[in-house]
Amino acid sequence: MDNLLLMLAPLFSSKLLLVLFFGTLFGLILGVLPGLGPTTGGALILPFTMTLDPLSAIVLLTSIYCAGTYGGAITAVLINTPGTPAAAATCLDGYPLAQKGEAGRALGMATVSSTVGGIFSVVILVFFAPILAQLAYEFGQPEYFALAIFGLTMLASIGEGSPIKNLIAGAFGILISTVGKDFMTSIDRFTFGINELTEGIGFIPVVVGLFAMSEMLTQSTLINQVFNRIALKAIKLPSKDDYKKTWKTILRSSGIGSFIGVLPAEGGTVASLIGYSEAKRFSKNPEEFGKGSIEGIAGAEAANNAATGGAMVPTLALGIPGSATTAVILTGLIIHGVRPGPDLFREQPDFLYGIFGAMLIANILFFIFGFFGAKIFARITLVPNKILWPMIFAVSVCGTYSLNQSIIDVWIMLFFGVLGFFMRRYGFSVVPVIIGLILGELVEGTLRQSLVIFDGNWLMFFTRPIALTFFILSLIALAFPLIRSKKLKKK
Amino acid sequence: MKNVQKQKRANKSLPFFFRDEFRVSLVIILISVALLITTFTFDIVPPILNRGIQPATFPKALLVLIIVMTLLIYYLATKNPWKVEKKLPRSFFLTLSSFVIFVVVSKTLDFFLAISALSIFVSYCWGEKRLFYLLLVGIIFPIIVFIFFETILGLRFPPGIITNIYYS
Repeated sequence: MDNLLLMLAPLFSSKLLLVLFFGTLFGLILGVLPGLGPTTGGALILPFTMTLDPLSAIVLLTSIYCAGTYGGAITAVLINTPGTPAAAATCLDGYPLAQKGEAGRALGMATVSSTVGGIFSVVILVFFAPILAQLAYEFGQPEYFALAIFGLTMLASIGEGSPIKNLIAGAFGILISTVGKDFMTSIDRFTFGINELTEGIGFIPVVVGLFAMSEMLTQSTLINQVFNRIALKAIKLPSKDDYKKTWKTILRSSGIGSFIGVLPAEGGTVASLIGYSEAKRFSKNPEEFGKGSIEGIAGAEAANNAATGGAMVPTLALGIPGSATTAVILTGLIIHGVRPGPDLFREQPDFLYGIFGAMLIANILFFIFGFFGAKIFARITLVPNKILWPMIFAVSVCGTYSLNQSIIDVWIMLFFGVLGFFMRRYGFSVVPVIIGLILGELVEGTLRQSLVIFDGNWLMFFTRPIALTFFILSLIALAFPLIRSKKLKKK
Repeated sequence: MKNVQKQKRANKSLPFFFRDEFRVSLVIILISVALLITTFTFDIVPPILNRGIQPATFPKALLVLIIVMTLLIYYLATKNPWKVEKKLPRSFFLTLSSFVIFVVVSKTLDFFLAISALSIFVSYCWGEKRLFYLLLVGIIFPIIVFIFFETILGLRFPPGIITNIYYS
């Protein structure tokens, strides 16, 4: 009961309410703009959070996460371009329905199902994060190593790119984390005599480079692209008939999204694809899918927003990011001196339940903003790229520079921008790099400490039941894409 | 779908050294091998200070893993070629070159000037010819961003021609 009261704390703090208001608004704008999104937006806003207290900072980031994930649906429905990757499945039915003159109905369903999915996942977060944190008390270094390996092997099935390419990108991310002084022995690694590299490569330059700068280069190849934008009169709340058709789909997708979100490294993109395909599988009218099915929109949108709360579960309870955006939130926590994990639940419940409450309110806020302001947000897509991207460049450069006041960080950002562009061009997702980078230190640190405990005997890992379970799950995660592709071939 | 198959067939008809899968794999392997060689130059920790494994062991293992997986994607690509990517347009190379100009200008002249020059250059190359909008993205907006970062975060930008005038 006390914890539930703590959840309401943001409602009674004008500062937190203001942060939530702006976070949700900013998240919606980011979500609407194709190419940007909560991950890039979160990374860009991180330096500003230094002026805030830890709770306000994380509330700002999580509200951007929730609203940004929903915002992608507006662009998906109106211009057939997902504002965020998680909204890709929404395009499949959202745009055809909008073409039939029912853009308001499509967006109404997207808004309602996103809100329900989001709130459902916060409930999951409130109940499961403390349980997982409690379990984590049993974890020693070998278990954390096995868990991190499990998180990394999950990259094989993140949906974008081929499994092996994702694993290469993940290994590359870990490799980046080894640059600088070895944290155990202080020996320089991959510094090439550059003093600035002894502290390692920062997270922000890599994230902003891989997401924002590589997207700027991608946009430079699309300057002649013309979007067919469908005019929106007003959002309509779903009718009784629509509710009857979709309530089961919304609940199912909320469950799927929350579960997928909890899995390390998986996020809204995978959740929405699975939510969509399950909606089709259970539908009485599967032939309508792809032609403007209201169930398709509900399935995809409930799932991707449900993944937000789910992804926060491993992030807060174990310090393992559930998605790319939660990797940014994890960085925010670390920057503000908050160490996620079981101790956080015991020592700072007010902080945690404040975040849970803020996520709940953010879901309600984006419903209100989306319902009354979708028409205005849709107009943001009219800002031409030739004006928008140079502005994003200016903010990216200053934001990256501001964390360490280092020009080298800006150059690193540009380098990763170019690298990210070519990675995406040749089918390598950039998300695994981020996850690998954030998990790198954990993987290496726990491996080396475990080997000290085991006196160098690698086989001892398999004598620990929890570690062994994670290794088996890792093998399943690696085999899953193979089984899936064989199944698809059979079909 | 038909387009992708067409692009894949087009890729298969190219000599192997012109195919994307070969070139990408080669670049990854060459870089990985170079980094792998570098790991042999890392200092070795005496056994008494060593924590589990040598500092070079972990990166070495990662690089070997990357090389093996790259060989695997190349092997798979020989059976199922990647689709041929469209040629990159001029605007891409102009934007890319603006990054280089940014690095040079920010290093030699001024950080603000570099942002301003890149913004105007990119905006112009992407088709913006109206003077007001070029000034908006190249001067007005960067000034707002600079002042915002300076006042909110107390940030001090690196010295340069324009920044020095501002600070003095």
